[in-house]
Amino acid sequence: MSNFISNVKKQFKFKHIATWVIVAAVAVVLVIMSESGLLNRSTIGLLSRIAYSIILAVSLNLVVGFLGELSLGHAGFMCLGAYIGTFVASLLRESIDNKLLVLILAMLVGGLVAAFFGFIIGLPALRLKGDYLAIVTLAFGEIVRNIFKNLEIFGGAMGYNSKTYNQKDLFVIAFVVVIIVLILTQNLIRSKHGRAITAIRDNEIAAKAMGINVTFYKLFVFVVAAFFAGIAGVIYGHFTTPVLYTTFSYNYSIEILVMVVLGGMGSINGSIIAATLITVINFVLQSKLSGGLAAIRLLVYALILIFVVIFNNAPALKPIKERFSIHNLKEKRIAKKKGTIVDDAAEWNRIETKVKMDSILTPDLPHNENVTPDKEDKSPKEVK
Amino acid sequence: MSTIMDGLSLGAIYALIALGYTMVYGIAKMLNFAHGDIIMVGAYAILTTLELTGNPYIAIAVSIVICTVSGIVIERLAYKPLRGASPLAVLITAIGVSFLLQAIAQLIYGSKSQSISLPDFGKVVIGKYAINVSTIITLVVGGLIMAGLTLFVKKTNTGRAMQAVSEDRGAALLMGVNVNRIIMITFAIGSALAAFASLFYLMQIPSITPTLGSMPGIKAFTAAVIGGIGSIPGAMLGGVLLGLIEKICLSIPAISPYTTAIEFSLLIIILLVKPIGLLGKQIREKV
Repeated sequence: MSNFISNVKKQFKFKHIATWVIVAAVAVVLVIMSESGLLNRSTIGLLSRIAYSIILAVSLNLVVGFLGELSLGHAGFMCLGAYIGTFVASLLRESIDNKLLVLILAMLVGGLVAAFFGFIIGLPALRLKGDYLAIVTLAFGEIVRNIFKNLEIFGGAMGYNSKTYNQKDLFVIAFVVVIIVLILTQNLIRSKHGRAITAIRDNEIAAKAMGINVTFYKLFVFVVAAFFAGIAGVIYGHFTTPVLYTTFSYNYSIEILVMVVLGGMGSINGSIIAATLITVINFVLQSKLSGGLAAIRLLVYALILIFVVIFNNAPALKPIKERFSIHNLKEKRIAKKKGTIVDDAAEWNRIETKVKMDSILTPDLPHNENVTPDKEDKSPKEVK
Repeated sequence: MSTIMDGLSLGAIYALIALGYTMVYGIAKMLNFAHGDIIMVGAYAILTTLELTGNPYIAIAVSIVICTVSGIVIERLAYKPLRGASPLAVLITAIGVSFLLQAIAQLIYGSKSQSISLPDFGKVVIGKYAINVSTIITLVVGGLIMAGLTLFVKKTNTGRAMQAVSEDRGAALLMGVNVNRIIMITFAIGSALAAFASLFYLMQIPSITPTLGSMPGIKAFTAAVIGGIGSIPGAMLGGVLLGLIEKICLSIPAISPYTTAIEFSLLIIILLVKPIGLLGKQIREKV
């Protein structure tokens, strides 16, 4: 036990808790502002939206950024949470008087139901790779929508008439949930399990060879992400009425994906910032742009997705990025102060673990005309 | 009977789209999410040329050209910079392109659905059944295109080069195949097929929206996966099967609202039981 405590003390660093502490501080400021009447109704509504968007983005980031599998059905889990959660809440309200307790129970039930389906969708994830899995999750989202559209107890095509929660209280609860989710995910990622998850992302075969239980971790991430998405859905259900199946379309899943990609895959802080930004942009544009101009929003999303991904991943842009990256500049300056020489070509602190076969086999390698075939080629690419 | 004919012609449309998916997947090893939206581009091309000239044949030709060109442009601008990057990055870019096409269509044509008047071919009566001539045209032309494509891939040099690239890109490159050119040709053929698919689609449902392509696109991908992705006969088989299943489900009132759910559940079940699809080849993973 004492060993554990000393371990905790040793590893305790402010930067590890900075994210949620800052979010909590912002939330407290917002609560004070709303209590003193500085915020109007629509702003408070916006805050709830930001809260559940953050939960969605962070949970999708677990799957896309940390596990490295693409899920296009995140809105489906949210849909499950929203319908089931509000339905359970309406049942519980008859027997329990405490509204807060009802909401918490509804969140748990909605989250668990979504997690159960996350488990079911995680099962194909074990056998399928990348593209196939993306299409299965997409299919799952469509199935969920199609079924809720036709179930009469959930209002069918008219949507389920949920009871909304008091807006002023809801956003406080939502932010508490956000902070809990952030603490949980950040601790998960820094734990042994988190390292295992990123190891699977980087090289599944190598991870397996190191004795990581790939099956367990893939399922685990899917279940956790679905659970969080379900909770976000319950918050959504208590925020808007009616809960309508059309909201949770494929486009909404993509919107969450845009948040993750814009914020940076594998960056929790990025997800938080991007989720906030996109929700605010949506909120502002929704009232400004109507009719045909609403497509501009779609256009912006599309361009964000394409440019961010190409910028981050294009092999041709790599040297340019490395030259101008802030991180490298900083390191060079520190090194200059210390008087050490920085060798740009060699990266001794980073050892490539994975031989990138694709990059060797890619047909876009620059054709080097000077190299004659009989001369032995000892360029660094071959040595790697 | 009429249900089966409808199912077959819908299946032919799905098969045409699925061929585009499966060829691109087989050769470029990427899932071209924007393929469904190429159908939408083709549909709007037909609509606009028909309004300008009034001649359906010119409209079809223009639509094929526009689809082919847009397929090539998309490949050059969006996918080529990412060759060699992780599959996830390519997939997300493809989704972005799909969104981009929808957004552009919405900006130009608005989000309302527009109706189109293609020449009506009427019906023929065979025995006691009346069958739309357009259904027959879809089936015959679709069948011809697929037969032609199979011949092209099997017999011509370019087709053989395609097979080589899909088998082993590195080896094909060493054998002197211009891989970039082959990938471009694949995109061009796939997009041209999408133009035909959009024509047949409009013959069945004569209204156009910017999101017209996404549902048939996803379903055609389902068909491609059911048949075994990367396999050309598989795409045809999967497309026809899925078209039949959809029309049969729609004709039974008790389950017709759940048609989409049934189709996609079928996809998930097939992927769980036989992940390579009905006619797919097993690919061993290399370390």
